[in-house]
Amino acid sequence: MLGDKDRIFTNLYGAHDWHLAGARARGAWDNTKAILDKGHDGIIDEMKKSGLRGRGGAGFPTGLKWSFMPKEVKDRPHYLIVNADESEPGTCKDRDILRHDPHLFIEGCLVAGFAMRANAGYIYVRGEFYNEAQNLIVAIREAYEAGLLGKNACGSGWDFDLYVHRGAGAYICGEETALLESLEGKKGMPRLKPPFPAGSGLYGCPSTVNNVESIAVAPTILRRGAAWFAGIGRPNNTGTKLFCISGHVNKPCNVEEEMGIPLRELIDRHAGGVRGGWDNLLAVIPGGASVPLLPKSICDTVLMDFDSLRDQRSGLGTAAVIVMDKSTDVVKAIARLSYFYKHESCGQCTPCREGTGWMWRVMERMVTGNARLEEIDALEEVTKQVEGHTICALGDAAAWPIQGLIRHFRPEMERRIRARTEKLAAE
Amino acid sequence: MPKMKIDGVEIEVPAGITVLQACELAGVEIPRFCYHERLSIAGNCRMCLVEQEKAPKPIASCAMPVMENMVIHTNTPMVQKARNGVMEFLLINHPLDCPICDQGGECDLQDQAMAYGFDRSRYHENKRAVPDKELGPLVKTSMNRCIHCTRCIRFATEVAGVEELGATGRGESMEVTTYVEHALSTELSGNLVDLCPVGALTSKPYAFEARSWELSKTESIDVMDGLGANIRVDTRGAQVMRVLPRLNDDVNEEWISDKTRHALDGLRHQRLDRPYVRRAGKLVEATWDQAFGAIEAKLKGLDGAKIAAISGDQCDAEAMVALKDLMTALGSPNIDCRQDGAKLDGGPRGSYIFNPGVRGIDSADAVLLIGTNPRWESPVLNARLRKRYLAGHCAMASVGPAVDFTYPVERLGAGPATLRDLVDGKLGFFEKLKAAKHPLIIIGMGALAREDGAAVLALARDLAEKLDAVRADWSGFAILHTTAARVGGLDLGLVPAEGGRDVAGILAGCEKREIEVVYLLAADEIDTKRLGKAFVIYQGHHGDAGAHRADVILPGAAYTEKPGTYVNTEGRVQLGQRAAYPPGDAREDWAVLRALSERLGKTLPYDSLNEVRARLVTVNRNFAAIDQQAAGSWGMFGKAGTVSDAPFVSPIANFYMTCPISRASKTMAECMASRAQLMAAE
Amino acid sequence: MAMITADPKDVPHVGQFVFTPENLAKVRELMSHYPAGRQASAVIAVLDLAQRQQGWLPRVAMDEVAKLLDMAPIRVYEIATFYTMFQLKPRGKYLLQVCTTTPCWLRGSEAVMKACQHAADGETFSVQEVECLGGCVNAPVVQINDDFYEDLDETSMAKVLDAFRRGETPKPGPQVDRQTSAPIGGATTLRSE
Repeated sequence: MLGDKDRIFTNLYGAHDWHLAGARARGAWDNTKAILDKGHDGIIDEMKKSGLRGRGGAGFPTGLKWSFMPKEVKDRPHYLIVNADESEPGTCKDRDILRHDPHLFIEGCLVAGFAMRANAGYIYVRGEFYNEAQNLIVAIREAYEAGLLGKNACGSGWDFDLYVHRGAGAYICGEETALLESLEGKKGMPRLKPPFPAGSGLYGCPSTVNNVESIAVAPTILRRGAAWFAGIGRPNNTGTKLFCISGHVNKPCNVEEEMGIPLRELIDRHAGGVRGGWDNLLAVIPGGASVPLLPKSICDTVLMDFDSLRDQRSGLGTAAVIVMDKSTDVVKAIARLSYFYKHESCGQCTPCREGTGWMWRVMERMVTGNARLEEIDALEEVTKQVEGHTICALGDAAAWPIQGLIRHFRPEMERRIRARTEKLAAE
Repeated sequence: MPKMKIDGVEIEVPAGITVLQACELAGVEIPRFCYHERLSIAGNCRMCLVEQEKAPKPIASCAMPVMENMVIHTNTPMVQKARNGVMEFLLINHPLDCPICDQGGECDLQDQAMAYGFDRSRYHENKRAVPDKELGPLVKTSMNRCIHCTRCIRFATEVAGVEELGATGRGESMEVTTYVEHALSTELSGNLVDLCPVGALTSKPYAFEARSWELSKTESIDVMDGLGANIRVDTRGAQVMRVLPRLNDDVNEEWISDKTRHALDGLRHQRLDRPYVRRAGKLVEATWDQAFGAIEAKLKGLDGAKIAAISGDQCDAEAMVALKDLMTALGSPNIDCRQDGAKLDGGPRGSYIFNPGVRGIDSADAVLLIGTNPRWESPVLNARLRKRYLAGHCAMASVGPAVDFTYPVERLGAGPATLRDLVDGKLGFFEKLKAAKHPLIIIGMGALAREDGAAVLALARDLAEKLDAVRADWSGFAILHTTAARVGGLDLGLVPAEGGRDVAGILAGCEKREIEVVYLLAADEIDTKRLGKAFVIYQGHHGDAGAHRADVILPGAAYTEKPGTYVNTEGRVQLGQRAAYPPGDAREDWAVLRALSERLGKTLPYDSLNEVRARLVTVNRNFAAIDQQAAGSWGMFGKAGTVSDAPFVSPIANFYMTCPISRASKTMAECMASRAQLMAAE
Repeated sequence: MAMITADPKDVPHVGQFVFTPENLAKVRELMSHYPAGRQASAVIAVLDLAQRQQGWLPRVAMDEVAKLLDMAPIRVYEIATFYTMFQLKPRGKYLLQVCTTTPCWLRGSEAVMKACQHAADGETFSVQEVECLGGCVNAPVVQINDDFYEDLDETSMAKVLDAFRRGETPKPGPQVDRQTSAPIGGATTLRSE
């Protein structure tokens, strides 16, 4: 188990002052200039060495991502964009960073922006996080007033401006190119790639989009050294991670833990265990709504990191653990997610626009068993027709939960169909 | 040139193109709905997915740039499955109303469903219902059929330059709409119907009129403006059912204006289908013999100086040369093809054509518009100017009317004084023109069809000289004509001969009784009240202004009813074809003139179309160069002189009604009313 | 919840919309966050301001926003109908946005929804079912105007609504004894300080 000394988010629950003074007392903004003195590439190298993988869901190595930015600023300015459009069902970790530890995060923005040679950054905060955005705005103002942002930020000689940009209710804006579109004042419709943001992002300029948590851990990594961070967790799955444990546990919570912690330990130690005891566990969605669920048998032993969960044909995603006990109507739980994806599909490309609605409607019938047995196969085929054929990953995200359900709970789906057929026959 | 492999065949392709384009070069067809050569890439339909080796997922070929050593497969099970899947998704919410859909038979979705569709549906839910939208008198909507390819939105925004169409809502609730219901304020809206790959947008005037397979298709040339758009005329029996664009990158790309497309119902109304002779003040039906007899009687012994002829704006060159030859034979020097009084006298050809060609617009890097509103004078050419603007790095300015061109144009001033200042280098824009490699000066009839037109022309010529805009490698002097017949008329010399009268002179002569007979060859745009007591022969196809004033009417053919040669504003000679026969007793115009000449004892020396066309080439050898375009010769033209303070005014006050056909069109009347409503709402 | 995609006809007529001088200054300040010529970036924020001023977003307000930001009105209509936080019809003084996505549903959002629907009168309270609000470890969550009310059940929800009805503003956040997102009964970590 991770010790408090190795925890980065020391005000996760907002027990302490989130303003500049409080943050400084906890170590934020401590000699940031020294970090910046490592130079653009020095910082990127250190981040690479730390093994940090993006905390937004895809797990792409953060340092590597930063290194894709051009090494020289030419006619187009560089931009740092932070994705604070936290909307993945089950996920509420960035919210805590924004409202309780904004300075740690803002410092991360400066460091990351400097590393990628950006003089400006935009933080895209989901519209519903109104109070969180207000805290962030206040904290940014404090940082400006203290000379930590703006001209010659932290006395580094580097100018860095940071702005908060609020969204207005669209899950799709968490997709990085949809976010860029939204930031440009358009509908949040994902862009075709290539070109990738590092080549042509915001306003056609080199841009990098990072998750809040990825940015917020950067200053601590750079202060304590890549080796410290890399020493936590497992190879290729290093560091600490914020987990969100929701659903049928006794004490739902957010917690910062070591990567690779066993799922069972995570739930038992921090969330007061599964409601009714571990044996009452039905299934867990381990990484936010987009990843396939895992039945109890896998949950017994699985480790919470990118590679372990991928090996179980699921994923770490945002590390949002949604627990379902045996009282759960698991088909309905997934059907509700199908509705979510139907509701949040931007409508741009055919497979997602048409497929999410189709899948949801069939899933609704699966809940009551109002279907034919062969429709389970048809449904799975439809998920495959969506998966991999869309402009962005929302199509995949809509397909996977259903695939997971069919993979692990097909007998339950069949049972409902049979039961309904029999009931109708009897009437 | 990257080398790549498509379906096992190695091919070298130009850098910067897309995989879809590379496949086309390799002769491999890629299905698509959203992709369109002339619009930005949307990549949304996903029909064009192909397999790229080493890529984890199929790629959208329309959006993927080619790369060195790329290996593409278009015929693997993965690709087939992806396309089948997309097709199924497109069909689940698409109504099965093909039998009552006007797109039936020429529907991309229908065609591709044959290749990639499934013979039954696995979709057991209710289909989506989408309210139809009101997009004005030309575009009918049936939004249940919409597949959200966004071609229409991209066309409106990019090509037409009217940002009025969008997609509201999201996901499966997304709807293509103007949101606030109104007609689109573009003169190019009919093209939306062509672009729509399904039956969501169909032609309102053509609704339920015909099926595509019932129609005979004739390739022809439009005469509604000076561009000479390439069109296809679809007929059923004697009726023209619709007009569609034909592809010609040099002229109209694949667009046509709403007037070109939809004035066709005017061909059915107000037609002159037999000769008439005025007796006791009333026009009465007559035979050809009686009509010719009346003319013969009037002309007998009349001095040629007392005879005059004016040719109209939509005349074919064959008719014009016959008119000219007849007038010469009658000893009349009084002939004119410039109803509007434009001060273009058929000097060096470079003085009266759009020298750089429409294609020249693409390479211009500074554009000056003088006395023109191309948006109304030639909407398709205007779209080309807009395209040039969008491509970037092209300064644009105008001396003339303050209008919305659909692209930003710096307005330097209203009239000749500004032009003079520009020539004198007093305006900043002069430097921009001077610095340009390919400066383009476009002069409209608003600058030339006025008393001081010759002086304005001379000023424009001076400017071109000062800018070195006319040189061996570039000719940036461009006259934008508003009529289909004008350049042909000037090429054939339908201007007053030595001592002859122009239109103003003819009308003045009529008032003073110095002109006793006027031959109007489909000329309706003059002030017929000024014809005084003159004996008026009207030859044409519509009962418009000229026919109302006529003493004898000779029924001619409209442009869809005769093979005809037209020279567009660029000086490009193009051949129109007969798609239907003229109604009743009406005949091809050159043949009418030929028959009349015989009756008058001045038989014209040609008996067949080929012989008339040979005559055209004799008069001007440009007529031998069909479909070709080149800058005209340069020389002295215009006439230096004082210019007035009057601002330049576009000759077209009402885009929708500019000729007898469009004035007879109910559809055009509806468009006018709809536009007026739109303007009032603003 | 059906999304509104056409210009709604059944809304009160609003003849004109102008920003208050105070809000207009805010609009200018928001526009200054973006590079010259990129003022359209502020469209969401400016629409939000308009909605806060008017209580909802009538079309005249969208047109005014389009004018201020030099955008084609259709582009603003697209935005206003794409993002779910824009209210194209008037709603009650308190907008109850009830999250019913799986994590909230697992913890009883149906009962919470029932309490909200019971209270909804269109004047004081309007109810909207919304997708994941991002407060999942404090489920069920209901957003009331700008504030999140968390760890609700039917009873506590009714209590919160009663308080609003009385003109009070109940304390946002967890409605059980708990420090924000920490486990009930006290954090398992960060106790060393």
